[in-house]
Amino acid sequence: MGWLDQILIVPIVLPLVTGAVLLLFDERRHVLKAMINVASTLALTVVALVLLHLADTPPADANAATTGVYLLGNWAAPFGIVLVLDRLSALMLMLTSVLASAALVFSLARWHRSGPHFHTLFQLLLMGLNGAFLTGDLFNLFVFFEVLLAASYGLVLYGSGALRVKAGLHYIVINLAGASLFLIGVSLIYGVTGTLNMADLAVRIPEVAENDRMLLQAGAAVLGVAFLIKAGMWPLGFWLPNAYMAAAAPVAAIFAILSKVGIYVILRLSLLLFGADAGASSGFGGSWLLFGGMATIVFGAIGVLASQAMGRLAGFYLLVSSGTLLAAIGTESVTVTSGALYYMVSSTLAISAFFLLIELIERAQNPAANVLAVTMEAYGDDMDEDDIQEEVGVTIPATLAVLGSCFAGCALLLAGLPPLSGFIGKFAILSALFNPEGPGQGGSVAGTAWALVTVIILAGLSALIAMTRTGIRTFWAPIDETVPRVRLIEIAPVAFLLMLCLALTVQGGPAMRYMDATAQSLHSPAHYIRDVLAAPRVPGPGSGAQQ
Amino acid sequence: MELTLALAIGVLIGSGVWLLLRPRTFQVIIGLSLISYGVNLFIFSMGRLRVGAAPVLGSGGAVNPADYADPIPQALVLTAIVIGFATTALFLVVLLVSRGLTGSDHVDGREPN
Repeated sequence: MGWLDQILIVPIVLPLVTGAVLLLFDERRHVLKAMINVASTLALTVVALVLLHLADTPPADANAATTGVYLLGNWAAPFGIVLVLDRLSALMLMLTSVLASAALVFSLARWHRSGPHFHTLFQLLLMGLNGAFLTGDLFNLFVFFEVLLAASYGLVLYGSGALRVKAGLHYIVINLAGASLFLIGVSLIYGVTGTLNMADLAVRIPEVAENDRMLLQAGAAVLGVAFLIKAGMWPLGFWLPNAYMAAAAPVAAIFAILSKVGIYVILRLSLLLFGADAGASSGFGGSWLLFGGMATIVFGAIGVLASQAMGRLAGFYLLVSSGTLLAAIGTESVTVTSGALYYMVSSTLAISAFFLLIELIERAQNPAANVLAVTMEAYGDDMDEDDIQEEVGVTIPATLAVLGSCFAGCALLLAGLPPLSGFIGKFAILSALFNPEGPGQGGSVAGTAWALVTVIILAGLSALIAMTRTGIRTFWAPIDETVPRVRLIEIAPVAFLLMLCLALTVQGGPAMRYMDATAQSLHSPAHYIRDVLAAPRVPGPGSGAQQ
Repeated sequence: MELTLALAIGVLIGSGVWLLLRPRTFQVIIGLSLISYGVNLFIFSMGRLRVGAAPVLGSGGAVNPADYADPIPQALVLTAIVIGFATTALFLVVLLVSRGLTGSDHVDGREPN
């Protein structure tokens, strides 16, 4: 193995070093900085691919470790801090690096030059994200959370302007208050159980004394609120559409994964700490997630319908997607979870592509942006003479045709219509809700499942209505001379993300198999706990007797 | 001692929350600072209150854990102080930028009518 043992630390160290190195170069050398950033992000994608493969490789024999564990500082698990790689973290790492590559390539067209230190902030954000997905204890989760939040504070303000500063101010205050809740929750849990390691917590929680259990659950609830703020659950998510709409397009695209950090932690902790083996605390908070998630879907769907601006629409759709995931986690069923994981990947890719697309489309509606836009169109150079056409039929300029087809792809994905992956994700959730005992086994469908199915379908309908309305207003409106000037480097990331959704559709079988395995291991965390707590220390160079 | 500490945490967090809900950015930042002080004390108290006990083990000999204070909350508090300090400083910059751009210290960037 050798170097493969060390690869687990790469997703954290590589962005950290790159971010630090980028600080050494002057802002005027932006080409060099961009090159370094692109190289690092691509390397990260390759590492994420390797990790995904490692996490999905079945163990050689039944007793071998299925979870990758990296002991930082070489102390055994409950005492030292650990990085843990399982299927879920590998999936999240992959998603992060894919979104990062797309957003970064998009930003190279012009955004990366409109303010200082874009590349450094970008890399530090990646470090925080990767760390949060890999860490195996609660306090390092806090540290990486703060790293990614600090970088996101810089990025949400990126490009400046009064609107961004106002939205950024609210964003920062809410997240600072959320960080306090996070600390209160973590210290309450530590006060009761005396450990912060997630695997160790899972072992100790069933043994918590009756008197202390209320304190433990209060701590878990306070901690949960901190993550639900991040995930945007109603009524904690009012800040989200404003902040995401105000952020620059590539920033908003990478922020699509930020709300999924909250979802990831809730998914991991609720199943690890309060899963079926948790004794008296088992299933704690499940119904809160279910009903809160449904309320979020309804609120998001109304917001989607009410939005005039496309950025707002995307922000509210993000709430719908968060709500769907939270409610699916709240059902505490293995099959629903695996459908939800598929839905999460598909919807995150689609929303990210949509955020990028919005900026390209809105350029046409805002002549000031046209002045800013670096010219040199990739297509549509000679389309300016379209004015001569009369009632013979409207020639749509090539640029608009490309933008329009990307928009249609986004609309299908967001509304969850066939044939793209949005449909598969929703279908997997719905079919799991209707077959609680497994496919073809019958079993009664609970009332809450009916309610959830209804709101999910209605939310899809509202997304469809809103996207159709926006599309008609944007693409079928009379074309005046402001055809947006779009460079190939800007449309390529959008097309790349949509192509990934298409690939996810075509390769639906293997993808669903991976999600099933992920959901299975999340719901029976015994392997995870055993692997983390039994991870062997590396013998020292001299002898085995180092302290 | 428990009562004093509990009252101190309560007063700090109570005042902090009240200030956080005020409309001026300066009040908000003071509120956030007070909350973070309260939270730091709270983390500290979760390691159980001990007077005059060292958190670091001495070398050699058998160790009786009951003679020592819990070191982990103390380490956590240090980290939380550093992170809280950095984010508060960053918020201060944003606050000044907002004041400069809008000419108002209201959290919404404009005075209520």
